[in-house]
Amino acid sequence: MIPGVSIEEKTDPLQGQILEVSMGPHHPSTHGVFRMDVKLDGERIVSLKPVFGYLHRNHEKIAEDVSYLGSIPYTDRLDYLCSLTNNWAYCLAVEKLSGFEIPERAEYIRVIVGELTRLVNHTCLMGFFVQDLGAMGTPLMYAFREREKILDLFEGLTGARMMCNYMRFGGVRCDLPVGWIDEVKKVIAAFPRFLDEFESLLTQNEILIARAQGVGVLSKELAINAGITGPCLRASGVGHDLRKVDAYSIYSRFDFKVPIGAHGDCYDRFMIRLLEMRESLKILDQAIAALPSGQIIDPKAKSRGLRPKAGEAYGRIEAPKGELGFYLISEGGPSPYRYRVRPPSLINLTVLEDMCLGGTVADAIATLGSIDIVLGEVDR
Amino acid sequence: MESAEQLRDRLLAAFPEARVEVLANPAPVAQHSLIIGATHAVQIATLLRDDPDLAFDYASNVTGVDRPDQEIKEKVTVKETVDGEEKEVTKEVTRTEPGYLEAVYHLYSMAKRHGPVILRLRTENRTDKVTLPSLTPVWRSCEFQEREIYDLFGIVFEDHPDLRRLLMWDDFEGHPMRKDYVEPDDYEWEPTPHDAVLIKAKRPADGEEAAPLAP
Repeated sequence: MIPGVSIEEKTDPLQGQILEVSMGPHHPSTHGVFRMDVKLDGERIVSLKPVFGYLHRNHEKIAEDVSYLGSIPYTDRLDYLCSLTNNWAYCLAVEKLSGFEIPERAEYIRVIVGELTRLVNHTCLMGFFVQDLGAMGTPLMYAFREREKILDLFEGLTGARMMCNYMRFGGVRCDLPVGWIDEVKKVIAAFPRFLDEFESLLTQNEILIARAQGVGVLSKELAINAGITGPCLRASGVGHDLRKVDAYSIYSRFDFKVPIGAHGDCYDRFMIRLLEMRESLKILDQAIAALPSGQIIDPKAKSRGLRPKAGEAYGRIEAPKGELGFYLISEGGPSPYRYRVRPPSLINLTVLEDMCLGGTVADAIATLGSIDIVLGEVDR
Repeated sequence: MESAEQLRDRLLAAFPEARVEVLANPAPVAQHSLIIGATHAVQIATLLRDDPDLAFDYASNVTGVDRPDQEIKEKVTVKETVDGEEKEVTKEVTRTEPGYLEAVYHLYSMAKRHGPVILRLRTENRTDKVTLPSLTPVWRSCEFQEREIYDLFGIVFEDHPDLRRLLMWDDFEGHPMRKDYVEPDDYEWEPTPHDAVLIKAKRPADGEEAAPLAP
């Protein structure tokens, strides 16, 4: 008996033997406490139902009881690999609700940390994905080695490696430490070498190609209709990137491209991340070169005791995993009347069954790995 | 993109019997929303998706809002006969505004790159008439989000392909995101051998009988 896997055999006279396998919640390939109830006909998947809620703590209800400021540290814990973009999305929604301006320098700092977060997330995901395909250890350690350098930068800036709690309404919490930008320059100057190495080791690898190409294909139409966002959507051939579409913050000033896949399979989703990291490096170069001096937070913005006027706002950003949105309703009180997170990880799982049907169990593992979920965000 | 008023007029032209109202949003971002009657909701959603000018092919965010019954205190001037004399008396009257549950849909267009259009569907009350039509047949992205609303708010979506609880366990009672939800003290309590030990450890005071052991 394998721990975490319960097996039950059912005999259906019309369909032959259908095997029900409960994959997870404690399974290394499910990226946390996530369960898939799979029905198998031989090796083929005939039904796959995701089961959620193992990490549910009703983040939205908690946020209704604390102040607006008090929710920022909680947002760190949603997608715990990308705490800075979570902060950013929440602050953006509050800024829309209360109409704060963001100083130029704060916008640049947000873009720099946001793109560094994207590097962290995509590096990790590529390591996890290859690990899920069976390349145990080595590629993941290569990825974590690079991730650690960026986490050191985050620690230098915010004091925390992962739970950064850095952004504030109308700006950021503290200015860049002396010499921090030089350290960033060093890291991003060395980063293309890592990407080249990773790419030359993996992308032409025969096993990776055999396991990922043509597996878990997601069509363009279904991807749009099912609200898939982020790299998964772009791998299916839709050029939809909120940094271009909404041009929030100051993304209209930077020259970068949006990579698009052609097949919508696991391999495309893997490659999209690699290409996106190269574009992020371009944005970082431009943002660091143009970083102005000045204020880091809008002096009119209020963090403590913020009581926005009655109204509502939906703010969204292109987080590394897709569209991360925050929907806030204010009744004029010290805490939001309704606080809603639009979690890209959860909604990207809508089509997991469609992508896995007819494939093998091993393909389902690859497909789940390529979607990129973090259970802190799925279950909230 | 069309303003909320223009969109309302367009929808009313297509479905004259439908209920479409604009709900203004006073926040600086001014994302106004449309209140849609439940009977025509699926038709309106299909029109919004398929009309080539609108092309709202992407339902981004779907969520619920709970509005409990509100007691509103009003001052009313009434004519009353006091001691045979007719006088105008100001009285404070409490009126109860019935509550409702609301499903909110944020729609964007990937093809046209515009949005958001915000649809709001309201149930009749919060107790027995909590049914709304599901928009999952129109936008697949509503599937898990409507399940989440069903789970946490208790709105029942008709024609949803797979309406089950999403985050809470199946035999959980109640809807935790409702404003009047009270968390039970012991909903995770399970009898353990330890309980018996605890009871045993409670020594009886003088003159009292010892507490019986747990079965």
